[in-house]
Amino acid sequence: MELKRTVKFEADRDPEFAYWISHTVGGERIRHCLQCGMCSGACPLSLYMDYTPRRLMHLSREGFKEEVLSSFSIWLCTCCYACMVECPKDINITHLMYALKERAIREKFYPKRFPIPVMAREFAHMLLRSGRITESWLVLRIFLHCSLLRLFGMSKLGIKLLRSKRLRFAHEHIERREEIKKLAESVRTAKERMAL
Amino acid sequence: MKFAYYPGCSLRGTGRAYEDSLLAVFRALDIELEELEDWNCCGATTYLSFDELTSYALSARNLAIAERMQLDIVAPCAACYLVLNKTQHYMHDYPHIDQLVRGALKSIGFDYKDRVKVRHPLDILWHDIGVETIRSKVKAPLKGLKVAPYYGCQIVRPYATFDDQYAPVSMDRLLEAAGAEVVSYPLKTRCCGGSQKGSLPEIGLDLLSYLLIEAKKCGADVIATACPLCQFNLEVFQSEVGSRQRPISMPIVYFTQLLALALGAPFSDIGFKYSVVPIQPVLRQKEIACA
Repeated sequence: MELKRTVKFEADRDPEFAYWISHTVGGERIRHCLQCGMCSGACPLSLYMDYTPRRLMHLSREGFKEEVLSSFSIWLCTCCYACMVECPKDINITHLMYALKERAIREKFYPKRFPIPVMAREFAHMLLRSGRITESWLVLRIFLHCSLLRLFGMSKLGIKLLRSKRLRFAHEHIERREEIKKLAESVRTAKERMAL
Repeated sequence: MKFAYYPGCSLRGTGRAYEDSLLAVFRALDIELEELEDWNCCGATTYLSFDELTSYALSARNLAIAERMQLDIVAPCAACYLVLNKTQHYMHDYPHIDQLVRGALKSIGFDYKDRVKVRHPLDILWHDIGVETIRSKVKAPLKGLKVAPYYGCQIVRPYATFDDQYAPVSMDRLLEAAGAEVVSYPLKTRCCGGSQKGSLPEIGLDLLSYLLIEAKKCGADVIATACPLCQFNLEVFQSEVGSRQRPISMPIVYFTQLLALALGAPFSDIGFKYSVVPIQPVLRQKEIACA
């Protein structure tokens, strides 16, 4: 049996993470959080979460980076903004979930072959390449990267959609694709310049 | 009245019924639409978690194009509507985002002045056209059709100012003007699970089952939606929800399909041909023409 200390000491926390969350876009008021729990109450997914939104807010502002970024909760968030609308302190909780996801993807804190980060990546690549999303190809690519088995399990769904003439395989794209590349490039250099 | 029409990727993919019926409604009410020239994907909710700042620049390209066309945008897709609004809000609230996005737009030849408004069809129909005008133009009232209005999350939350964030009524009033009987549906803004059905099927099915069962309990014949993803989830995965509990057969339509039908658009032109759960049996039962 592996013995593990279950209580964390103050020194185990990551002050950089605590600083980052309260200085990132949307996190300005996280220190005002009352821990009232309105966010968790409003969240339709909180009953499936390992850490509810209220606990995530507290853990992240105190610098528990490991717990927060490896928590399953951030992937459960569907961005329905219920928490944010309810928050009496106007904390931009939904946006913080995005920020946490972005950081977890960047630092590779997620279960391997987990579809949500794969979807974010595939979506981004398709958008940068063609400027538009072709839903059928996006779904195919996600399953190709996550689980071929599930893709076969979905053949019934595919047939249903084909029958309703909703599945289209023609690749959508914009005319001036170079503009998308230029936009992304310009943001990248600006981010470096502004050290974001 | 003229708007720049921003269809978004879904309305050209699985949500074609929304596009067909929306155009029919706007035509019947003499609202002119011009498609946003060479529009690109708004990034939806997915791109934001990949690279937030780039996502603002990408969606702002659409705003800049609308500005060049000197028109306000109408964005029927819930995610597009939210993302375009969010981009504007964040450009106002955070100087560094504003600077970064404007810089990016300049690199592709746009001098963005922030003069564009992003509107939702519900907003336009309810506030600019008005319930009375719509009622006066209804040719085939949807008499006796019980509709559960389902708004989903991202139209009313967090930025919409045209309606309430938890208990919106715009779609209720519009459908009533079309002659339908709108049932009280308390889950009207509860999340359908979004793309969760794809990644975590069990949880996605749970969320969908609450919505479907509640609508049935409220006595609805159909659910009216305003979001391509909600519509897709509720309709296509209905059989899976049904196989876990009792079988459910509930047509899920766009609110614009019902409005277009009432305004006298031909049944075959307003996207019902893409349905997985057909609405015809319900309409026939209520003696509403659907030829």
